[in-house]
Amino acid sequence: MRMKAVVDNVANVAPAASIASQEFPIHFQLNGIPVTATIAPWVTLLDYLRETAHLTGVKKGCDHGQCGACTVLIDGRRMNSCLKLAVTADGASITTIEGLGTPEALDPLQRAFIEHDALQCGYCTPGQICSARALLREQHAKTREEVRELMSGNLCRCGAYTNIVDAIMDVLQQEQKGSAA
Amino acid sequence: MSASIRIGDSISRIDGVEKVTGSAHYAAEYAIPGLLYGWIVSSDIAKGRVLSIADASARAIAGVVEIITHENRPHLPWLDRNYSDQVAPPGSPFRALYDDKIAFSHQPIALVVADTLEGARDAAALIEVTYEADTFNTDFEVALKEKFEPIRKRLGFWAPKSRGNAVKAFDAASLKHKGTYHLATHHHNPMEMHAATVHWRGDGKITVYDKTQGPQNVQSYIAAIFDFSKDDVRVMNPYVGGAFGSGLRPQYHVYLATLAAKMLERSVRVVMTRQQMFSHVHRPQATQQVSLATDQAGRLQAVMTEATTVTSRFEHYMEGVCNWGLMNYACENASGKYFIAPMDTYTPGDMRAPGAATGMTLFEIAMDEMAYAAGVDPLAFRTLNYSDKNAMDDKPYTSKALREAYAEGAQKFGWERRSPAPRSMHDGRELVGWGMATGMWDAYFMKTTVKAKMDAEGNLELSSAGSDIGTGTRTVMAMVASDTLGIAMDRISVVLGDSDLPTSPVEGGSWMAASTGAAVQVACHALGERLLDAAGNIEGDPLSGAKIDDVIFCDGQIIAKDNPSRSVPIESAMRASGETTLECEETAGPGVAGLLSMLRVSRNSHSAIFAEVKVDEELGVVRVTRIVIAVAAGRILNPRTARSQILGGVVMGIGMALHEETLMDTRFGRFMNHSFAEYHIPVNADIDSIEVIFVNEPDPDVNPLGVKGLGEIGIVSTAAAVANAIFHATGKRVRDLPVTIDKLL
Repeated sequence: MRMKAVVDNVANVAPAASIASQEFPIHFQLNGIPVTATIAPWVTLLDYLRETAHLTGVKKGCDHGQCGACTVLIDGRRMNSCLKLAVTADGASITTIEGLGTPEALDPLQRAFIEHDALQCGYCTPGQICSARALLREQHAKTREEVRELMSGNLCRCGAYTNIVDAIMDVLQQEQKGSAA
Repeated sequence: MSASIRIGDSISRIDGVEKVTGSAHYAAEYAIPGLLYGWIVSSDIAKGRVLSIADASARAIAGVVEIITHENRPHLPWLDRNYSDQVAPPGSPFRALYDDKIAFSHQPIALVVADTLEGARDAAALIEVTYEADTFNTDFEVALKEKFEPIRKRLGFWAPKSRGNAVKAFDAASLKHKGTYHLATHHHNPMEMHAATVHWRGDGKITVYDKTQGPQNVQSYIAAIFDFSKDDVRVMNPYVGGAFGSGLRPQYHVYLATLAAKMLERSVRVVMTRQQMFSHVHRPQATQQVSLATDQAGRLQAVMTEATTVTSRFEHYMEGVCNWGLMNYACENASGKYFIAPMDTYTPGDMRAPGAATGMTLFEIAMDEMAYAAGVDPLAFRTLNYSDKNAMDDKPYTSKALREAYAEGAQKFGWERRSPAPRSMHDGRELVGWGMATGMWDAYFMKTTVKAKMDAEGNLELSSAGSDIGTGTRTVMAMVASDTLGIAMDRISVVLGDSDLPTSPVEGGSWMAASTGAAVQVACHALGERLLDAAGNIEGDPLSGAKIDDVIFCDGQIIAKDNPSRSVPIESAMRASGETTLECEETAGPGVAGLLSMLRVSRNSHSAIFAEVKVDEELGVVRVTRIVIAVAAGRILNPRTARSQILGGVVMGIGMALHEETLMDTRFGRFMNHSFAEYHIPVNADIDSIEVIFVNEPDPDVNPLGVKGLGEIGIVSTAAAVANAIFHATGKRVRDLPVTIDKLL
């Protein structure tokens, strides 16, 4: 039996490279630094951050918006950077894990993740922390149950979930106290 | 601060800062000038051969450098042995792009190499392949007709041993249970997808950053296939984004990246897609028939177990499925039989607690059924049939504190408040179920070498080729060194994940802490002797005449045991050595005596798991609201990271109970749900309270540190405890994991 398989419908479209690989200038803030870059429209924000900006704290775990490892903050809101084309970030302010804290000046969440051992292999960790930072800003989660629900877009195969919730609750309570004082 | 710590202290992992700040680099995260990107093209058919690959439109994409197929690949060796590796099962290892033959769906059939990731991806989508398809089978039920007992066994495989006359005893017994249990295919799905960055250095040497659990295993594999001298291949994996067994054998991404690098004499990176992560190693689907019989009092009279797991057509992968139940319970008549059944898939492989996660889990569901049949409480049933020795091999254990685990776990869980009848416990409109099970795993000890090096300032560096895949190996190594040599934790650095470093086995089997830890201890002992020698050069020789056994190393000092006022700061001893560095490289391993002792005495970890579920009967939704797991695993080096290991195993066990299954479309021979959207691993909302108890189990005989390892015991039988709790809640016995909603409605 012979069968012919066409890998994808893309094959039926005229070579898209001429348009998709043409570069456009965009401007954005990356971890507080103004950046001007020329980027082709077929480049996702995730791939731009990892391969061009070398901000490899942003992780690729599925490339399909299913795992949350690539979570970054865009204008303070959490987003899967694999689902956003880099050219659409024109004018945005992007914060990656590298911009959230440094070894010398850790974000309280980073410190809490270490303290509560809320990580094992560390691969989902930057996405978890970025997501948690936005979660605290959103102020929708007050209880463990709410944190569990609203952190469920960030998968952790090492199974650190209970420690992740401990770390987030710790910082949530610290920051509530801080704002009450 | 010069305070050293003790083994057993609760310590934060020492690579935590790198991991929370994104400065830890994983395999695909090394920037190399002129790097090319490889994109894997996967077969659409499950079996047959490639007739043609039309790549003209792909080559027209800007930046495409080469499209590598079996037709234009460079020379590859012919013999199977070139493609083997340290942990390969018997058979003929897969070789990508070797010829036109296709042996499994999504087999890599081409690699597009381009100067951008996007160019490679786009070009890959333009490649047109024609095939000649062959008949194949990926239906487990059909494969079972071809099951066989492999003659050549995998290294380390222990076949189940029978005793007494189980058939006769079963027939004669008054109370019986017989059931056939099934476990779905699982995929490891570490969060980091398999990736390799090959740095073509231009001097005949390559550096390979790979996602692997064994850099030296990959080093010899790459050298043998691509005709490098081993010294010219350096494999590094300082950080590994989870693996769970998927990185034990070299995977095809590193083969393809090296093939392309060698052919093009360029640096190349290859990252699998999440979909392609379902095209290689996986936990095999399994069926296990368990027959149990007791007397009127519930004492086991017969245990019979027979299991079959899937293998590929080209290799004989096998795992110890039947042994666990035969080892763990006292019963004079027991038998076990194990088969493998070939299918047209990639070869399955070790996934967290291979064999036990399947065999012990399914057996423990059967034990629950037998307990009900005999009218005995499930926990009481297990203590009634408790065996102090390994009942299958008739050997004593170095230690077995399972009784204590049962007691402490039950107490913490509140098991005595359980009402025995199914459907008898409620919480509002939800049914509540309490179930339990026993877990078991091996305590291995593998030959490992570690180098301990002190610099002139008294800072200590430990190094070994082994991998820390998230287990906390780095941290426990530093702890053992701090305890042994009295150095503060912040003065100790640990270098792992580099094939150039002292020899280490692949990271697996829960043997790392015991093995690497023992090697750290002997290397630090040796360094301690050198420091004590050097202390003799200090003016006044405060430790004059003291031998190594006469001193302790603590809080940065070498202190005379008989007179603590006689002491020397370690930094002073180091200075007095007159050297800029002191180095000791030492190997720990079981040795001949240890290997002989392994034949006489069994080494195992044990656990007791208690699960609470709440079931919405109208919707069939099960929530695991509480797990208590009591673990008997010898000495606990670092309770903080140890607990995390168990939590991780339990979470994966909950996945196994409720969610995880890779489903085969047998018409196409392909796993259908090859994404996180459709292959469900537990998410945060699925995981509620998990309490971990480590029971006291001193064991000086198991290995030098008395450590049994924790990477795997947490998953073993967790799914059984959950399934048993579901029965208790609903009265519905599901013998086919996972227990999905459809099976309860």
